[in-house]
Amino acid sequence: MAILDKHKILETNATLLLVCSFLVVTIGGIVQIAPLFWLENTIEDVEGMRPYTPLELAGREIYLREGCYVCHSQMVRPMRDEVERYGHYSLAAESKYDHPHQWGSKRTGPDLARVGGRYSDDWHLDHMRDPQSVVPESVMPKYGFLEKKMIDGKYIGDIMKANAIVGVPYTEDMLENAQSDFMAQADPDSDYDGLLERYGEDSVNVRNFDGQAGVSEMDAMIAYLQMLGTLVDFSTFTPDASR
Amino acid sequence: MSKPSKKFDNDPNTTGHVWDGIEEFDNPMPRWWLWVFYATIIWGIGYTIAYPAWPGIKGATAGVLGWSTRGDVVAEIQAAEDKLAPINAKLEAAELTQITTDPELGPYAVSAGDAVFKTWCAQCHGSGAAGAVGYPNLLDNDWLWGGDIENIYLTIKHGIRNEEDDDARYSEMPAFGDDYLEDAQIDAVVNFVMSLSGEPQDASLVAAGAEVFADECSSCHMDDGTGDRSQGAPNLADAIWLYGGDYASIKETVTYSRFGVMPSWGNRLTEAQVRAVSAYVHQLGGGE
Repeated sequence: MAILDKHKILETNATLLLVCSFLVVTIGGIVQIAPLFWLENTIEDVEGMRPYTPLELAGREIYLREGCYVCHSQMVRPMRDEVERYGHYSLAAESKYDHPHQWGSKRTGPDLARVGGRYSDDWHLDHMRDPQSVVPESVMPKYGFLEKKMIDGKYIGDIMKANAIVGVPYTEDMLENAQSDFMAQADPDSDYDGLLERYGEDSVNVRNFDGQAGVSEMDAMIAYLQMLGTLVDFSTFTPDASR
Repeated sequence: MSKPSKKFDNDPNTTGHVWDGIEEFDNPMPRWWLWVFYATIIWGIGYTIAYPAWPGIKGATAGVLGWSTRGDVVAEIQAAEDKLAPINAKLEAAELTQITTDPELGPYAVSAGDAVFKTWCAQCHGSGAAGAVGYPNLLDNDWLWGGDIENIYLTIKHGIRNEEDDDARYSEMPAFGDDYLEDAQIDAVVNFVMSLSGEPQDASLVAAGAEVFADECSSCHMDDGTGDRSQGAPNLADAIWLYGGDYASIKETVTYSRFGVMPSWGNRLTEAQVRAVSAYVHQLGGGE
């Protein structure tokens, strides 16, 4: 075949080989990646998703810092055993404000995609301080130090801004009130009407999560865990026929 | 390229490359391998027609079989539910007290309840149901709200002190340290409570503690400290402790009170599952 014999031109000309290789890889990349920006069924059209509140976002940052993802995934796979154990399988829409997402595939501990509301705040507190006190078989390390580290949300507005740049719909209002919303969510005696108005009346938990005065990293962590997987209103979800 | 050369008559052609006098035979691929290769290409084409495959601009091809992972899991769960529907219907219709003795429902409810327990209850009550500090042991005869199957069922269905269920069991012990009792009074009543179950106590304070107990505690925990299940007030005389029976734990309980919460499972589990796990808990050892 004549065209295959021309291989020699490519194989003996390094620059041409480089340019042509790059061209091939580019085409492959475009075919794989580009349609994702237009596919209409990538992210389901469901009600209820909202960006993280400042306190939840701080909890998420702590979750990343402590490497929780090394043992815990956050995606319920569409399989019967998973759905019966954890709840409705995860939707792409549920992690659309996650940068980066925490789907994971390593499960030394259980999946946490729907852990929100499954346990009381007290249970989370007991469990973080000493996981074996409630689950003797657990190999999870202790995270009691989280409740000793007090935080003030000084930089949470900056993290929200960074998220806004990559597409999370934080409004000007949310960014301006970041720090006060941060403090308000862990204090049921505060004036948290603004927080509820900005993020949603029904979907924001305002509680003293760790049971002590002030906002600790534990407050942020439990606030984050207690909202995981609780946002989407599944009555508005119609499964796509072909996925 | 140099001209292919043959050293011996039976040699295959060479590729034509020569390097330091070394040549390379141009052996053909084995036929069987080649045919398998062609077959995979044909299978691949068929596969992408049958199943979801090719991405377009706004969507991907759905495949003529109409298969989807999400459809699969729904169908699989539905099939399992359909299979269990007759016995679940019987379980829902049965009298609670009759479930454990029914030859068909009893074993089903207990093993189904076991699975529910391991999934939803074990994280607090332990995989063997022995509980933990603050989370009751379900194996013993000590019950906070009643240990017959009807009470166990109500506790599971509505939970305790949660905000999500209006029928949740509710009671709240006052925090006696809140400018309510003097430190000395708390000290005394703690020692009295410890004397009820024979924990080592400071005997000189017991008499004073008994007075405090009679005034402040006996309306819920009863005069003899045996508790009142209608309001979830624990029996203090049986040496079984939910939060610990040492001086420090009891003092903390009296000073700050306790407020154990259990979720409402009627919202999350089906009626049959709630009944099954009630039967399971009832037969663990302490059922009345």
